[in-house]
Amino acid sequence: MINGPLIIGISFAYLGLLFAVAYWADRRAEQGRSVIAHPTVYALSLAVYCTAWTFYGSVGRATQNGLGFLPIYLGPTLIALLWGSLLLKMVRVSKAERITSIADFIASRYGKSQLLGGLVTIIAVIGVVPYIALQLKAIAWSFTILSHYPEVRMPVHGDGPFWGDTAFVVALLLAAFTILFGTRHLDASERHEGLVAAIAFESIVKLVAFLAVGLFITFGLLGLGGPVLPPLEDSAELKPLLEPSVAPFADWFAISVLAGLAVVLLPRQFQVAVVENSDERHLRRAIWLFPLYLLLINLFVVPIAIAGLLTFPDGSVNADTFMLTLPIAFEQPWLALLVYIGGLSAATGMVIVETIALSTMVSNDLVLPSLLQRWRRRPPAADLGRLLLTIRRGAIVVILLLGFLYYWLAGEAYALVGIGLISFVAVAQFAPAVIGGLYWRGGTREGALAGLSAGFLVWIYTLLLPSFVKSGWLPPAFMESGLGGVDLLAPTALFGLTGLNEITHGLFWSLTANTGAFLFVSSLRAPNAAEASQAGIFVDASRRTALASAPLWRGSAEITELMTLAERFLGSARTRAAFTQYAHLRGLDSPDALPADAETVYFAETLLSGAIGGASARVMVASVTDEEPLGLDEVLNILDEASQIRAYSRQLEQKSHALEAATEELRAANIRLQDLDRMKDDFISSVTHELRTPLSSIRAFSEILFDDPDIDLEQRRRFLGILVSETERLSRLVNQVLDLAKIESGHADWRSEVVELQTVIHQAVSATEQYVEERGCSIRLELPGESALVWGDRDRIVQVLVNLLSNAAKFAPTGSGEVWIRLASEGTDWRVCVEDNGDGIPESDLELIFEKFHQTARGGAKPGGTGLGLPISRRIIDNLGGRIWAESTPGKGATLCFDLPAHPGNPTDRRPDHE
Amino acid sequence: MNKRILIVDDEPNIVISLEFLMMREGHEVRVARDGEAGLAAVRTHRPDLVVLDVMMPKLDGFAVLEAVRSDPDLAGTRILMLTAKGREAEQNKGLALGADAYMSKPFSTRDLVDKVKELLDRT
Repeated sequence: MINGPLIIGISFAYLGLLFAVAYWADRRAEQGRSVIAHPTVYALSLAVYCTAWTFYGSVGRATQNGLGFLPIYLGPTLIALLWGSLLLKMVRVSKAERITSIADFIASRYGKSQLLGGLVTIIAVIGVVPYIALQLKAIAWSFTILSHYPEVRMPVHGDGPFWGDTAFVVALLLAAFTILFGTRHLDASERHEGLVAAIAFESIVKLVAFLAVGLFITFGLLGLGGPVLPPLEDSAELKPLLEPSVAPFADWFAISVLAGLAVVLLPRQFQVAVVENSDERHLRRAIWLFPLYLLLINLFVVPIAIAGLLTFPDGSVNADTFMLTLPIAFEQPWLALLVYIGGLSAATGMVIVETIALSTMVSNDLVLPSLLQRWRRRPPAADLGRLLLTIRRGAIVVILLLGFLYYWLAGEAYALVGIGLISFVAVAQFAPAVIGGLYWRGGTREGALAGLSAGFLVWIYTLLLPSFVKSGWLPPAFMESGLGGVDLLAPTALFGLTGLNEITHGLFWSLTANTGAFLFVSSLRAPNAAEASQAGIFVDASRRTALASAPLWRGSAEITELMTLAERFLGSARTRAAFTQYAHLRGLDSPDALPADAETVYFAETLLSGAIGGASARVMVASVTDEEPLGLDEVLNILDEASQIRAYSRQLEQKSHALEAATEELRAANIRLQDLDRMKDDFISSVTHELRTPLSSIRAFSEILFDDPDIDLEQRRRFLGILVSETERLSRLVNQVLDLAKIESGHADWRSEVVELQTVIHQAVSATEQYVEERGCSIRLELPGESALVWGDRDRIVQVLVNLLSNAAKFAPTGSGEVWIRLASEGTDWRVCVEDNGDGIPESDLELIFEKFHQTARGGAKPGGTGLGLPISRRIIDNLGGRIWAESTPGKGATLCFDLPAHPGNPTDRRPDHE
Repeated sequence: MNKRILIVDDEPNIVISLEFLMMREGHEVRVARDGEAGLAAVRTHRPDLVVLDVMMPKLDGFAVLEAVRSDPDLAGTRILMLTAKGREAEQNKGLALGADAYMSKPFSTRDLVDKVKELLDRT
């Protein structure tokens, strides 16, 4: 049913479908309806991180050390939290500088150094080619295993000539495919829309395939209609899976960090995450969607591993193939085929993107620089664009053949099987230069070179060579005693560091050497002009405006020469279009009108960078312009000026914010003043009104008495009595106005003394006795036995009590009035309440009565008070740290109460309500 | 010369003085202590002249004035506004609403008596 030709047919059909997706996406992009300009597509393209090593290898790793496979996905998940800063900076810088690869990125940062770009490229090629070999092997193996269906048989390596090996055919096919995908266009600088769409599609395919097997197996394990598995026994094989992971924390941590770094620094990851990014806002979705993808694709790893160990207990089947051999063993041909396609997706996705990224690096950072050397002596061919593509295509073929060669030579050796993480450690060497370059201005070209070299050499020594030993290519003695027989130099226990797994060990020493060398060598000299200017662009990337700062270039150039140069790489149509667009941007009609100034030269250089990398572009532009070298002082001056301008504008902004705030405050203050002014006017008008009333009576009765000598004695006495009481009222009013003004202005003198409330209540009662009696009222006291002490001004408290008492007496019914004074403890306060049996206060007036001159005519009669008693009382109580308020049930009298904090000398435990 | 006078004011002592003055002139005097009672008294007793305070509970003097002036039955009722608010704006408002005279407190008793006489003589 399933045979070789069918699998080959389906493989080609799948690759054809992939190509159709890419072609369709390219067409859409040309029509301006990009499919990849979507955050989900971006996040899915990042999942090119999950290669065949994930697809087949996670299960294999799980059978060996349980959950030990997890940190490879945990790391990226945790690091994704930092993408908002780190990756965002990388994307911004790369867009502004038209950076095409991780090598270009590092080279650009340290003054567009060709040497640095070359070194990064070499490290990447050496570190990543074995990883490509692993993918070739996965494709070849899965093909062979599937072609034996329904038999489960492990392939045998290397029987027959290399051209008959499936992997060789696969390598050639993928080379052709990659060339079609990655170098279809003559213009080498634009993003590969079709490629990204195809990669996103592949991410879906591999996830679906993995979940399908996972569900199938898990249902079997749970007894839910899946395959019938042998019973779960106390098998030693299962132990690592069923027991909690014993991997030491250091290993988990190290591998998490490693994977977290690799997910942005691997050439293919840099390609999809940075170079192919179409909109930096897509990062926001990727930050959660990519970790979610990782979670899903790891969901069924452990169940599949368990099922594999149960089904093939004798160890004859390689655990890395469980994904495929389980469906075969349970006679599920279509599922097996789906797995094969999923694995194919994972492997081809990785190979294609990685190869494109590496070929760009090889052509821009290795081949071009040497060609540039040669062109100094001999003029280059006219159409450099085509040459560039040829170089790139050649590099693709060479890289894939190198991958195959490694696979062919390594075979089943550890150097291939264990290469995944070793490869990660190689690219992790870029971290100090990249991260340091984004956050620290002090890094120099030599520092980066030294760091990378040191890290790379330690990597070779602690990881690559030991893998050769394990493969039997080097004598085991090397492992034991290290270089020259010195024990301290043992490659996997350097300087006596033992107890770590070798990846952790290698990562630790290589990054230590790398970072140390980077920092030390960088500190030997201050950054030069080119480095300082690039440092500004990279470090300030999160502040958008920094990128727009004027380029640091001085010299003379011809616009025609710049355009001719660009045409040789990009073709005349594209060059013309780009320069015209740039001219419009600067408000000019045609590119011929462009001044050949620093900005134009910078534009030309950036345009070329997209095609040939920053370092080469700088050399090429320099060859047609006459640049006057800028001294470091000058660069620093310009940078200083720029940062001063930035700082100044920030200050201005802050000042204008401060001004706005101050204006707002002033406006508020003004409104408050106007309110106060109006209140003062109202107050004066109220006072005037209150003065006029008694004055009217006084004047009227004085005139009556003066004009009318014949008034009888009793009438005369009555009128004189009115005169006296109105005069008293007048002077009381004047006194209270003055008193209130004094309290409100804060000029009142407050005495501080311990006051016993019982005493002051008695004092107030005797002061108002006469008035109360006149009104025919009776006063009842309800006071506690113990003395109620508060802290305050005795006379002021008496004043409040007198106000409340006369107020109550005034509103109590004449003749039958009753007034109660109650004193009780209330929490930490003493509460005094004065209650009358008058008509009460409407609820709407309960607060108003404390306002100046608000005289409620309770019961319709004019109260004859000053309208200031309660406002003054409120101010006094407020001042003493208490509160005063009114309660009332209309018709049943009113109660006015105040609370004052009990004096601490008052023993709380003896209070009546606590007993 | 026996006219009916209504005094509407909430200040008891002022009421006493006005009552005395008006009775001395030989008028028949009635008293109301707030705006509502005042308006009711105007309707039931049909006074020839009302001495009307402005600031009063329940209904202020202006409202009473307006109500009287909008009732055709009460046409011919003379109104003397008396207020402690001496501002010109208040006076104008009172006059605009149809008060016959406006005096501010404290008032001269002689002027008041003269003004009342003058208003009553107008008929």
